[in-house]
Amino acid sequence: MHNPPRGLSLSDPRVRAWLFQILTIVFVVGLGWYLFHNTQTNLQHRGITSGFDFLERSAGFGIAQHLIPYTESDSYARVFVIGLLNTLLVTFIGIILATLLGFIIGVARLSPNWMINKLATVYVETFRNIPPLLQILFWYFAVFLTLPGPRGSININDTFFISNRGLNMPGASLAEGFWPFAVAVLLAIVAVVAMVRWANRRFEATGEPFHKFWAAVGLLLLIPGLSVLLFGNPLSWELPELKGFNFAGGWVLIPELLALTLALTIYTAAFIAEIVRSGIRSVSHGQTEAARSLGLREGPTLRKVIIPQAMRVIIPPLTSQYLNLAKNSSLAAGIGYPEMVSLFAGTVLNQTGQAIEVIAITMSVYLAISISISLLMNWYNKRIALIER
Amino acid sequence: MKMLKSTLAVMTAAAALGLSSFAQAGATLDAVQKKGFVQCGVSDGLPGFSVPDAKGTIVGIDADVCRAVAAAVFGDATKVKFSQLNAKERFTALQSGEVDVLSRNTTWTSSRDAGMGLVFAGVTYYDGIGFLVNKKLGVSSAKELDGATICIQAGTTTELNVSDYFRANGLKYTPITFDTSDESAKSLESGRCDVLTSDKSQLYAQRSKLASPTDYVVLPETISKEPLGPVVRKGDEEWFSIVRWTLFAMLNAEEAGVTSKNVEAEAKSTKNPDVARMLGADGEYGKDLKLPKDWVVQIVKQVGNYGEVFEKNLGKSTPLQIDRGLNALWNNGGIQYAPPVR
Repeated sequence: MHNPPRGLSLSDPRVRAWLFQILTIVFVVGLGWYLFHNTQTNLQHRGITSGFDFLERSAGFGIAQHLIPYTESDSYARVFVIGLLNTLLVTFIGIILATLLGFIIGVARLSPNWMINKLATVYVETFRNIPPLLQILFWYFAVFLTLPGPRGSININDTFFISNRGLNMPGASLAEGFWPFAVAVLLAIVAVVAMVRWANRRFEATGEPFHKFWAAVGLLLLIPGLSVLLFGNPLSWELPELKGFNFAGGWVLIPELLALTLALTIYTAAFIAEIVRSGIRSVSHGQTEAARSLGLREGPTLRKVIIPQAMRVIIPPLTSQYLNLAKNSSLAAGIGYPEMVSLFAGTVLNQTGQAIEVIAITMSVYLAISISISLLMNWYNKRIALIER
Repeated sequence: MKMLKSTLAVMTAAAALGLSSFAQAGATLDAVQKKGFVQCGVSDGLPGFSVPDAKGTIVGIDADVCRAVAAAVFGDATKVKFSQLNAKERFTALQSGEVDVLSRNTTWTSSRDAGMGLVFAGVTYYDGIGFLVNKKLGVSSAKELDGATICIQAGTTTELNVSDYFRANGLKYTPITFDTSDESAKSLESGRCDVLTSDKSQLYAQRSKLASPTDYVVLPETISKEPLGPVVRKGDEEWFSIVRWTLFAMLNAEEAGVTSKNVEAEAKSTKNPDVARMLGADGEYGKDLKLPKDWVVQIVKQVGNYGEVFEKNLGKSTPLQIDRGLNALWNNGGIQYAPPVR
């Protein structure tokens, strides 16, 4: 047997490994540089403005829904923020509602009641198998736009109005009692946290359960309630009023937002239901039997034994459903909801003509949103993971 | 799946910008001659300008401009292929070389001419923005539109001009922007919007597509200048000149009274030196443009002069019934004016 040769030789596997890795890096960096350089030269040659200066120019067009103040003379950068917030709004509401609905349907699919069980199955099979864009268009054009106009709107107690212009409702503005109220809410939260800690300690020491939930509700109602009695209303309400073409005053949820949120919620909930069902199914029946033999009733068995174990199976696929929901929100361009894709990658791209910059920004936004959701869910997953002792 | 398609189109176009090689003077004509047809970007369906007929052929004044370019280059107006583009896709499609000429009711503005690597070759149609409203609203002037909800097509100058108009008049409005003109028309019909706004020619076209067109009225105001014309890529002067002079040839033919019916006879026997130069009977003016000698004859014979094309697509014999108005020739009360061929 002879010693491997000293120095650099291609027959040395370590040298080969390094060589190939270096070659790969050179290739990837080189390709990136080539693409960047070529694009730059092409843009310059064709006289297409490039760079990000356009973000400071004034936009000059109106936007249907903006969560922060906006006028036409504001910059494209502000338009970007508005698009981002509108996307986040749909994603946020959608995730919460889809999770709630998905859990209910998922549990219903396991119900021994034939009717509930079959209804849940029909729900899942229907909405899971229709493309989301179609569902969005359905809710928008076939449901919300067929509602009566503002003058014939469905009037609920003169405070809520449903029409094809959306859901008009009273709008709140700060009143004199707001700051005491805010302090009171803060106090109530501190009190609830203290109460929960105390109750947990007592439970561990004596095994006596405490009605934490009802005590928390009581505290949250009592302390802010006192502040309202002492210092007056925290908010003053302004009712929507029919004026000219439309309602004026108050707040409005535009039909584009309603249709999009509803469609995405219903679509994603069908998938979440299946994930929840498989998660619960993955917990062996022995666990239920063990809980029963300890004397736990049906509710606590589900809440304290089954769900926590099912969560470990549920969370990872749930994360990808959340990501899908965030990305599907870009389908809103089809119904004119002003989110990232329709507002920024649509209108702004077209008004400025800077396709590469705008598309790059838009793609990084979706990447950032998705990665944030992933990180958050991974953190949560770690927290509830089985701790092996 | 329209949305997906358009997003994909924009993305591939953006990627193509990164990969494609230089545009050079003369490159477009060479490429067009090599592949044997003109690739022409038109609208996604606008009656009178570019819309598929019952047989799927694209008809309209914008489509005819492309046919005229093909007639000038190849002597055959059928050597043209159309790409239907929505407002959002159009510029990227041209920038990336997907189409050779964009003839798609596109407004000529300074930022489009200077900052986007594009250049407008002329004006096919002088237009302006107007408002289409339901008669039930009882509105007779745009000044009464305070608080209205307005449907607009995304990525157009209309978005900007409407905002300007309302700001200038101290009025409030809510814009709802859609990708396609069909979606905005549907929203007007359902009452989501009080007003549909667009170039006036488009309003007449869209009104003709509504379920009950007589319930809707176009308000008298024209709030902006919208000169619509064909666009080419910047940096290829040769191709630019061909498109520009194709349009001029159609206008000059109308001015000289040369029509598709009499053009061949005129080319042989005209006494008018101006017409003789234009139709290639005298001199080699086509050669300067790298076009065949009889380029104008082919344009007029196969497509028609400007007046014929206008009447055929937009005029009194069509459902649109649009007056020549600004688009009449300069010596006939309009502002359409072409420099001479000489």
